[in-house]
Amino acid sequence: MDLITPGSGLIFWQLIGFLGLLFILIKFAWKPMLAALEERESTIENALKQAEIARNEMANLKAENEKLLAEARLERDNILKKAQEASNKMIEEAKTEAQKQGAQLIENAKAVIETEKKAALTEVKNQVAALTLEVTEKLLKKNLADDASQKALVDEFVKDLKLN
Amino acid sequence: MTRKILVLSILFSAFLLFNTNSSFAAGSEEDKTSFIMHHVKDSHEWHFATFGHTHVTLPLPVIVYSSDRGLEFFSSTDFQNHDTHAFGKEYAHEGYYIDEHDHLGRVDGASFIELSITKNVVMMFIVMFVLAYVALSAANHYKKNGAVAPKGAAALIEPIVIFVRDEIAEKSIGPKYKKFVPYLITLFLFIWFGNLLGLLPGAANLTGNIAVTMTLAVLTFIITNVNGNKDYWKHVFATPGVPIPMLLIIVPVEIIGLFTKPFALMVRLFVAITAGHVVILGFIALAFIFESYAIGVVSTVMVTFINIIELLVATIQAYVFTLFTAMYIGGAVAEHAHDEHH
Repeated sequence: MDLITPGSGLIFWQLIGFLGLLFILIKFAWKPMLAALEERESTIENALKQAEIARNEMANLKAENEKLLAEARLERDNILKKAQEASNKMIEEAKTEAQKQGAQLIENAKAVIETEKKAALTEVKNQVAALTLEVTEKLLKKNLADDASQKALVDEFVKDLKLN
Repeated sequence: MTRKILVLSILFSAFLLFNTNSSFAAGSEEDKTSFIMHHVKDSHEWHFATFGHTHVTLPLPVIVYSSDRGLEFFSSTDFQNHDTHAFGKEYAHEGYYIDEHDHLGRVDGASFIELSITKNVVMMFIVMFVLAYVALSAANHYKKNGAVAPKGAAALIEPIVIFVRDEIAEKSIGPKYKKFVPYLITLFLFIWFGNLLGLLPGAANLTGNIAVTMTLAVLTFIITNVNGNKDYWKHVFATPGVPIPMLLIIVPVEIIGLFTKPFALMVRLFVAITAGHVVILGFIALAFIFESYAIGVVSTVMVTFINIIELLVATIQAYVFTLFTAMYIGGAVAEHAHDEHH
């Protein structure tokens, strides 16, 4: 068996053996293996793609949420501002109203007091007049009890008339 | 890891020394190195070790086909001296003999075809068995578990499969690579396993045998040319961009080129692996040529280093053979509209 002369037996068995090995391995090893590898690779690729999509969706959702939150915050601020304004206005109005009513009340009270004062004064005047009349009557009754006095009074009146 | 390899290599080297030392009984220097050629060549028997006068060998079947006598089966022991286990013309059996160079001959000189199960054939079946076992267990993993992460044998084979598919086939062949991936994987693994198992002490030099590398190269040649497309053949017989008179020179060169490619494949693997074995055995032989323990220690260390390099060479050669096969196929199936000429 020489080093560089190929032996016919070895070529024969090598050819048969290798072709047999090739057949068996292709059919039972490489085809299922390559198929499994491809399947796994596509699975991984799909998973990665899906993860990417999910991540994008998450980002979108987050952005949307933030937008909504910002809007809600703005809304809240607006509402609060409006409420503040409304309450301020109401307080202001109430104050004005109260002031107006107070003034009115004071005015009314003043008028009543005036009226009462006038009535009281009139009463007092009437009383004085009545008392004066009574006193006068009593005086007259006493002074004109005799004829002489009556005559004197008439004289006096006549005197006055003359002067006029 | 390195330490393990070192320890293993030293063990192997020691085993090899032990294995072969009987060949070095006093004799000429040629005798002391003859075991090297004996090892790297094929043989009709598998010799493992010799203890004194006891030869531990595996007798192998000798199968011969001749047109006049038909198919005949013998045992390698039929052609040996029963005591010395030596082959020789004087131990002819039924018209055949195996001479001292382990060469089968016919006494009457008539032609015949030898189909013996030689040492390398047995080695080849061992390699194929190991490869088939590993590959089928790997495939079984996917069958059982579906397309999940690899484990066990699948974890060993899968990276290689992916490497051959993506780095060798897809890059060198192009879009039509899928069809050739199974062949390339088988080729890579067969050569790789053959190279590695061939490094074991007592193993046969399978991938360093020219018949084996020739068969593989011829398969590559057939696959390349069967799949050759119009562009490929046009390139050979009517090279584009070459003036007609020049074709007289170019076409024969191109045709020779078809054959030099597989020839290069054949020679490259054969030489690389055989040379590695010869270097390792040469270092071992040094100890016996100089008959010195000191040289023995040095050569053992050297053998260890060469063994580590051989592990690398085993992988590189498997890769190179597969890569060139892929490139040749790629050249044959490529669809290219090019103006440049080679």
